Amino acid sequence: MGIGLSAQGVNMNRLPGWDKNSYGYHGDDGHSFCSSGTGQPYGPTFTTGDVIGCGINLIDNVCFYTKNGHYLGVAFTDLPPNLYPTVGLQTPGEVVDANFGQSPFVFDIHEMIRELRSRERTTIKEFPVTDTYGQWQTILHKMVSTYLVHHGYCATAEAFARSTSQDLEEELTSIRNRQKIQKLVLSGKLGECIILVNELYPGLLDKNPNLYFMLRVRQFIEMVNGTDSEIEFLSDETVQHTSVIQSTKNIMSSLNDRNPAGCQLSTEELNQRNAQESSMSPSSSVIHSSASNNNNNNNNNNNNNTTNNGSGGSNSTANGTTSIIINSITPPPPPDSNYNPISSSSSTTTATPAAPSSGCSSSSASHINDSDMEMEYTDSGTTTLQKESSAVVSHSNGFTNGFSKHEEPQLDPEEDMDIEGSSSRGGTMMCKGSSAAIERMLDLGRELQQTSQSLRRDLGKSKQNKTMLQDAFSLLAYNDPWNSPVGWQLNPAQREPVCQALNSAILESHHLPRRPPLEICISHTKQLIDLMSRSGLGSCAFASVEAILQNQSSNSNNNINNSPNNISNISCSSASSSTSNSSSSSSSSSSSNSSCNSIDSN
Amino acid sequence: MLKAPDSDVVLKTEITIVLNSLAKGLPDYAAALVQAGLLPVLWEQLELCGGMSSNRVFTQMVLCCLRSVYLQGCAPPPPTWNHKLLTTLIQYGYSPPKNQECVANILASACRQQQLVDSGGGNLVACMLCSPYSTVQLPALHCLAALCWNNERVSSVIVNIRYGGKAIPDLVVTLMARDRPFEMQLAAAASLTYLHRSNAIPADDPKIMYKTLQCLVRLCRRDCSVWIRVEAATILSYLTEVDMELQKTASMTDHLIVLMTYYLKYQVETPNYTDSPPFFSPFSTRKYNNPNQWPELMKEAALKVYASLSANDEDIRKKVIETEGLMNILLCSISNGNSSVQLAAVRCLHSLSRSVQTLRTTFQDHTVWKPLLNVLKTSSCEELISVASSTLCNLLLEFSPSKENILDQGGIEFLCGLTRRPHPGLRLNAVWALMNMAFQAEHRVKASILHNLGTDQIFRLLSDSDVNILMKTLGLLRNLLSTKTHIDQIMQGHGKEIMQAIILILEGEHSPDVKEQALCILANIADGDVAKSAIMSNEDVLKKLMNYMVMPNVKLQIAATFCISNLIWSVEIGAYERQAKLREMEVDKILESLLNTTDHNLFDKFDRNFGYIYNGHSKFYMEHKH
Repeated sequence: MGIGLSAQGVNMNRLPGWDKNSYGYHGDDGHSFCSSGTGQPYGPTFTTGDVIGCGINLIDNVCFYTKNGHYLGVAFTDLPPNLYPTVGLQTPGEVVDANFGQSPFVFDIHEMIRELRSRERTTIKEFPVTDTYGQWQTILHKMVSTYLVHHGYCATAEAFARSTSQDLEEELTSIRNRQKIQKLVLSGKLGECIILVNELYPGLLDKNPNLYFMLRVRQFIEMVNGTDSEIEFLSDETVQHTSVIQSTKNIMSSLNDRNPAGCQLSTEELNQRNAQESSMSPSSSVIHSSASNNNNNNNNNNNNNTTNNGSGGSNSTANGTTSIIINSITPPPPPDSNYNPISSSSSTTTATPAAPSSGCSSSSASHINDSDMEMEYTDSGTTTLQKESSAVVSHSNGFTNGFSKHEEPQLDPEEDMDIEGSSSRGGTMMCKGSSAAIERMLDLGRELQQTSQSLRRDLGKSKQNKTMLQDAFSLLAYNDPWNSPVGWQLNPAQREPVCQALNSAILESHHLPRRPPLEICISHTKQLIDLMSRSGLGSCAFASVEAILQNQSSNSNNNINNSPNNISNISCSSASSSTSNSSSSSSSSSSSNSSCNSIDSN
Repeated sequence: MLKAPDSDVVLKTEITIVLNSLAKGLPDYAAALVQAGLLPVLWEQLELCGGMSSNRVFTQMVLCCLRSVYLQGCAPPPPTWNHKLLTTLIQYGYSPPKNQECVANILASACRQQQLVDSGGGNLVACMLCSPYSTVQLPALHCLAALCWNNERVSSVIVNIRYGGKAIPDLVVTLMARDRPFEMQLAAAASLTYLHRSNAIPADDPKIMYKTLQCLVRLCRRDCSVWIRVEAATILSYLTEVDMELQKTASMTDHLIVLMTYYLKYQVETPNYTDSPPFFSPFSTRKYNNPNQWPELMKEAALKVYASLSANDEDIRKKVIETEGLMNILLCSISNGNSSVQLAAVRCLHSLSRSVQTLRTTFQDHTVWKPLLNVLKTSSCEELISVASSTLCNLLLEFSPSKENILDQGGIEFLCGLTRRPHPGLRLNAVWALMNMAFQAEHRVKASILHNLGTDQIFRLLSDSDVNILMKTLGLLRNLLSTKTHIDQIMQGHGKEIMQAIILILEGEHSPDVKEQALCILANIADGDVAKSAIMSNEDVLKKLMNYMVMPNVKLQIAATFCISNLIWSVEIGAYERQAKLREMEVDKILESLLNTTDHNLFDKFDRNFGYIYNGHSKFYMEHKH
């Protein structure tokens, strides 16, 4: 009996190994036959009851055998591609049981695979880079910083740039503006976002009608969700939320007055300062609340000093922009509830839902002023604190008048909903049940229909736009859109592609790269791995980009950090802060695949 | 300053840090520190820290410093552990990782097996094996290996210790996975090997048969660094030293026999001092620092593997012997190598000498006996002589062509000298070799043996406390006293002493096997024409013979009866007188009763042998020792 491999077209009446392009291990003498009539001594003989395994290692292009689970060693090297498993029977009455993996192998092949995988990984990790003048390091730094800038991780980018002593290509204000816009999109406030974009980048949306359309459709979806700002204020709770903006602005300015340098303030210092202020300023509690907010955010940032400093720095530079926000946000809902009879009246009537939503809105509002990209995906601990702070706000500012009594008892755990309450909780009613909001939504729907038609007229048919609109409108067909087949659109993660597209468009209008070099690099690598597989290079099976990136991070966790140096620490923290947004980066890379294909065809 | 009771903890910590840095330098520095009496002070400090949790940094630094000293390998382990101190140390070993690493290293270097296990060291090791940090796992494995090495009691405890629902061997197997670092795999394989050799895990356990064996063979591959290859091969030779199945499996795994030839041919390509392993483990301290020694180390390891593989299986021996250039390397190593390579080479030769075919062909072609005899005469290493003399035993077998040459080269004198050595193994081998030599030998050889050995020495050997030596000495006498003419000649010269010796054995407190041998010698003597009278004239002996004929032990009965039958064999001169005398002593009645025996087996033998002169005094002695 001979067991082995043969290429297509080899004579089937001969034992494998005897002819050209066939390879075999014969049981009668234990020899191996490599396309030749004479064999080489290879292994033991085998007979009835023995389990012989034949394996190909496509990375090294070698073939090995096993007998009863024992590895016999490499038999053939430099194998041609496309070989088929072959068993040659010569003696009458011979019987073979073949196992192609349908039942577990006697030989532990998985461990071998693991070894090969880790070997590939080591090869990649230890790939020699000639780095005479530190250029490699510089390029890496640049890639990291451009990535941070691109996605608007403003403070991190700044800290990183400072510690690696390089310049940021884009101005900080510009980064911060984009960050603000992204934050609005990611928190579902498309209405505010569109206004802000028009404010900051006039003409951008006009030039990109498809993008504008995309934003509007998303706005429509967010209206269904009840998160869009236009709807949100219609449904009642602007009181606290706007007041917080107002008051934090006060803090900002007061802080900036006292600390003109504006940076290098540790959290404790901030707290102390606030405590001092609380004795003299009338808005003391507001300061407290925002300070605690600050605190939370800093905690979320791993208590990292650099981010802390960064936020301090951003406070100082954001001096001018804080007012812009308020101005730009205000037009649809007036900033102060004093000027808004609807909101105050509605808040008195429906006080019950007011508390939770105020929590979320105030938090998001205060987030805007925070320079770091902390999304709402924070833990519930933060939320409760923020809620409390907002409660305090309502007291101190005296806007809440009579209904503060109602609000106090509502601070029970049940009300401590997560910030995503809009999607999970509001799920019972479309647009939070506000009829005015539904009205507004339907208006937008009509508008969208028209836009869609005009787009088709001007730019021709777009399948993408069509399905997008159809999907969005389908939401209206369900009583409970959140649990409908098209409910995925309401998932906050769906905001990310929109956010990416908008961000890229803004950057492009400023003649900056549409995509950060890091992402291009990653998708390029993926493309190359694809190419490897098409060329039959086995290593590509173990060279998955994601696996390598993940392994890297887990490795760094495994080592005991004996002597932490500053640079590694900083890069570590930026990595961990970006993990909270990992879903967005992965979706961006998947969308980038298509463009990468075009690179390929070029 | 460390000792001063009022020193500030911060100051003490700083001092310890400095000491630690010193200890991490050259080994000489560490040795100097030890000489200056650092260790007792550190231990004392550690004990003082025991109660207080406040000065954790200081404790940690003390541990680090101790670890650094022990890792340099220049400090002897404490003669006995203070139990309380050991308990404290083990307590520190549970957390945090930095402490764990230190404690594991200290325990691995300064291991007192039984004490450590009694104090709960096994549980600590199990816990450390589950640590997520490789810096803890690795020393924990070293510690485990040190615990299990050659200690059945400790090993039997260790295999049953569980942590997190898994027994220690299972934990170790996970650390042996192929994607782990090589040194981790090696340490894990070493631990399991030691557990196996201490009879805690059977050879057919998949953990040994598949995992450990394959792992070790894998680590012998050419892509590993030299020190790993050498260690892996050495451990592999230890693993496969005894069990035949393991030998068979190893021989077919991954072309191991061919792989080892690369070891033999190994040359340092470009001595690259930078990549010499700066790695410490209890079983590889500093041995590998000089690349010029690598070829010798490789050679030693490969020869050890060959020795283990070819210990039992003729097919494997054949494959090994066919290895190109092996014999020349063996002979060169025996005559020129350093003592450890010499030992490995002689071991290999010993394993190979168990093959009849090899003895008659390859060994004869290469005149193996020359360097072997040379080693025996010049070396002072007892282990080496022991293995070499075992090999010589095999070379002296009747069918070995080397026998004559060794005799010519004064083999008898040498072996007789060897019987006077204090080491029991050497005495045994010497007597064994003489026994083989005397088997069917010419008379001059026998006379020479008797002459050189001297009757005093025979008596001394017969009163040896080692039963094996006793047996072989009796075997030697049996072989000496064979064929009529030789018997008579020898009995004429030494009859009195020999009879005394036999009576000594028959009267002594010995096992039936020993007595059977003595009776067989009597039977042989009874075969000699003149020698018969030595027995017949000794009524004491005849009475003893009759006694043994009625003993319930079949073997003894047969032997005694044969002796009688030789005495009364009727063809010979004087048979009638002897028969009459024996009848007088009522031997015939005993014989009759034996014929009526109910034991079918015994009867069968009687029936077959009564008409047969018991002359098969020699056995084929080719038993395997070591």
